[in-house]
Amino acid sequence: MQQFRYIRAHNVEHAATLLLQHDGRARILAGGTDLIVALRERRLETELVIDIKGIPEVSELSFDPVEGLRIGSSVPCHRIYNDATIVAKYPGLIDAASLIGGIQIQGRASLGGNLCNASPAADSIPALIVHGAICDIALPQTRRRVPVEAFCTAPGKTVLERGEFLASLHLPPPPPGFGAAYLRFIPRNEMDIAVVGVGASVQLDESRQRITAARIALGAVAPTPLFVQEAGDALIGAEPGDEAFARAAAIAQAAARPISDMRGTAEHRRHLVGVLTRRALAIAVERARK
Amino acid sequence: MTSSQYKVIGSRPLRPDGVDKVTGRAVYGADVKLPGMLHGKILRSPHAHARIVSIDVSAAQALPGVRAVVTARELPSVGDTVTDLGESVVNLRYMSNNILAHDKVLYHGHAIAAVAADNPHIAEEAARLIKVTYEVLPHVLDGRAAMAANAPILLPDLRTNELGKQGSSQTNVAEHIRHQRGDLAAGFAAADVIVEREFHTATVHQGYVEPHAAVALWNEDDQILVWCSTQGSFGVQEQMAELLQVPPSRVVVTPTEIGGGFGGKNSVYLEPVAALLSRKAGHRPVKMTMTRAEVLFGTGPTSGSYIRVKMGATRDGTLTAAEAEMIYEAGAFPGSPVGAGCGVLFGPYKLENVQVDGYDVVVNRPKSAAYRAPGGTNAAFAAEAVVDELTEKLGIDPIAFRLHNAVREGDRRADGPELPRIGFIETLEAARDHAHYSAPLPGKQRGRGVAAGFWFNWGGKSSASASVNADGTVNLVEGSTDIGGSRASLAMQLAETLGIPYADIRPQVVGTAGVGYNEGTYGSRTTFSTGWAVYELGKKILDEMRQRAATHWDVPVDGVTVQDGTFAHNGDSMSFRELAGQLEVPVSVSASVFPSGFGPSFAVHIVDVEVDVETGKVEILRYTAVQDVGKAIHPAYVEGQLQGGAAQGVGWALNEEYVYDDKGRLVNASLLDYRMPTALDLPMIDTVLVEVANPGHPYGVRGVGEVPIVPPAAALANAIYQATGVRMTELPMSPARVSAALLAAAVPA
Repeated sequence: MQQFRYIRAHNVEHAATLLLQHDGRARILAGGTDLIVALRERRLETELVIDIKGIPEVSELSFDPVEGLRIGSSVPCHRIYNDATIVAKYPGLIDAASLIGGIQIQGRASLGGNLCNASPAADSIPALIVHGAICDIALPQTRRRVPVEAFCTAPGKTVLERGEFLASLHLPPPPPGFGAAYLRFIPRNEMDIAVVGVGASVQLDESRQRITAARIALGAVAPTPLFVQEAGDALIGAEPGDEAFARAAAIAQAAARPISDMRGTAEHRRHLVGVLTRRALAIAVERARK
Repeated sequence: MTSSQYKVIGSRPLRPDGVDKVTGRAVYGADVKLPGMLHGKILRSPHAHARIVSIDVSAAQALPGVRAVVTARELPSVGDTVTDLGESVVNLRYMSNNILAHDKVLYHGHAIAAVAADNPHIAEEAARLIKVTYEVLPHVLDGRAAMAANAPILLPDLRTNELGKQGSSQTNVAEHIRHQRGDLAAGFAAADVIVEREFHTATVHQGYVEPHAAVALWNEDDQILVWCSTQGSFGVQEQMAELLQVPPSRVVVTPTEIGGGFGGKNSVYLEPVAALLSRKAGHRPVKMTMTRAEVLFGTGPTSGSYIRVKMGATRDGTLTAAEAEMIYEAGAFPGSPVGAGCGVLFGPYKLENVQVDGYDVVVNRPKSAAYRAPGGTNAAFAAEAVVDELTEKLGIDPIAFRLHNAVREGDRRADGPELPRIGFIETLEAARDHAHYSAPLPGKQRGRGVAAGFWFNWGGKSSASASVNADGTVNLVEGSTDIGGSRASLAMQLAETLGIPYADIRPQVVGTAGVGYNEGTYGSRTTFSTGWAVYELGKKILDEMRQRAATHWDVPVDGVTVQDGTFAHNGDSMSFRELAGQLEVPVSVSASVFPSGFGPSFAVHIVDVEVDVETGKVEILRYTAVQDVGKAIHPAYVEGQLQGGAAQGVGWALNEEYVYDDKGRLVNASLLDYRMPTALDLPMIDTVLVEVANPGHPYGVRGVGEVPIVPPAAALANAIYQATGVRMTELPMSPARVSAALLAAAVPA
């Protein structure tokens, strides 16, 4: 393990100031499930590790029927899937939060960290995208907001600039007739990284027979998680069913730009995008009708 | 079966080492700590194949806290001595080259240099400061590509041993072997149906849970003390002596508990390097442990292979001829298990006309090491799939076909030897009669597969000693690493022989200084061979105790009888415990054996799968492993061996493989991306123990640990075919491969 200094930040300003002072030579620690491994394997080098778990705002998890869900960036997965309200309102997010790593990892790993790690295969990102999540980014004095689909710019790279860090995530309250799902394909049944991940959400009309809006997002098939707006838009006005799902799936497949690596082949990934998009949409519709 | 003739054998007592292991108190390789101990770290090659132009260790040496740096220069030069490592042989010169690369690196991860420092962090930092200049060479990863005329040559001095004759030109083919009998052309001419297929299998690792770990102290008096996790402490002693060119008596090896080995912990990797570092660091002990990545990079996996199999049978289901070509990738140095593979391939079948050609080929991958029935899984995957296809074409039930062609006592194996009493027929019958085989399997994309497997097993040299305590207990001192419950299985055999309770035996595993010579725990030999030694101990103790009883009663020894732990003479009697409490002269005995009556094992596995045809993922619904186990000394541990072998076979079959990039770099050296099965990927594996006693052992024992890994890949391939109509001929049968095969099959030709 390389040598580094460790500081526990007391508030957002403190953390942002430390980041600015150490320009590029400091790293934010939330759950640490990516950071510590990367430091140990020397995929990252750092002089300073800034622990944000002591900052009240970034440890907050709250739901308001008007404002929606606010997830502090250090909130671990287990707090999310053990919250009955969130389980009822944000099923796609729950799908993702409950399959990241194993149970020990879920005790520590945060969605904020999963997002900032900016892996193309991150499980939570497609789920956050289809739930319409917005990032609240902190600087010492100010804040800015960025939709999750615009947050990652390349593998391991994000829109965060000098001195900025992710403070929290905001998800709008789901209206009646909303449903979402996240599915990933892995060769085993646990402890794997997504070969392909697909998030889907649908908004049904009052009769629950027509789709009025839909969002589809893909993981592990491009340098960043991919929001495929045209796949969702193609479902507007459609009756939920195999035919509509296949149409959206074909658009999602066309948008995917997969590579072959140790986790899967490009051909298999493109094929799986179609399979998982259809399956995720079917689950999202079923949930929307409940 | 009548009620057991045994009192202890066949029962299921707790293991003597159980409490320490479940409480975390047991001392494994990485738990050893000595005063003044340093920590070593190895620098490994970033290239698949390169010439080492120069190594500059000055910056590493200058780092504060660094106590020694070594390279291959510190290793004495050793000649071409071929040594038996238990299920694999190795040329010591090559082994020395594998421990620390001499002039070339031959695979990504090949060890080059090592550092000892005050703590592991400094050692790691220092290893990074060693500057190596390389001249990168073209690499070759595939066995058949390595056999091509223009292939890059790994070992300039390698010449093919071509059916016993030495070749004259540079090559990557270390050896070509052939088993041949009968008239192949006539055999195939007599066949009504012939099936010929080609198969590929990937490089896979044993995946023991405990990474390699060793502590070595090169003392001022030139004694070398080693503490390590190994399958055989005497094997470590021999390898250390050869590699370091010191007399074996100067090397004292103390084994720790072992967290799995499966053949992969017979060869040394860290031990000689730690010893060299210890000497150079002023005779301080040096500890070296591998990370999981290092285990995958630098220790023996088993060979990937190409296998072509052709078999013919008549309409009534009689095999008439079989032919095969097997190319096994040895890794960077010769010594793949192709020889064993050639023997396993057609092992279950009676064949008059047969030819098997095997090739041991070096490639730019880690040097292969033994892995549970080495070479067997590859071979059975190929042969049992061809048998399955024959049975389909002939319309004969797969088990009926195998029963019709099964080997039995007196038949000759394809590789020569005549078979002793074996239990293959009984095993096939038990599989046929098992409820699983006839259970309905409703539902789409579901299929049932069956496959058989053969393994030679081994006897080998074992020694043990025992002494009688005053309270009537017996200390059993043995040198066989307890890797699968052998403390229990040996203590049980001694208790049975003595006629005393199992709990009265106190087994202990000791190192080279504490017991006579033992081969390692490999070849499914320990419960058989060390069991023989323990049986001899029991008889010797009873002889001595009878004499003591005779002295006690002042009667001739011939008049003293012993039965069920009670000594008697003309109405007087004394229990073992009573006699032990009155011994004037203590009783201690030792025994050394080299028994030859080890018997082969046969297994038949039945598996049900469901294939998600949209994703290519295979789910195992039900699994039954049937096996002739000779006599199950401790049935629970025997069942555990069957389950463990099947579990490893499932991983090999479905997802495990070494993945390389186009520069020959291993890209999945972690248990995240080297996908061994997890608990959620395996069903309950049911077992059926068939007991056909081995006449070559006093209690009928035959080895049980290895054959259960032989059939799984074949059984799964046959099940996938039944579920989907597609025959998978490449391992692993990963979702990507199954999906691609299904999509290809769906496209009309």
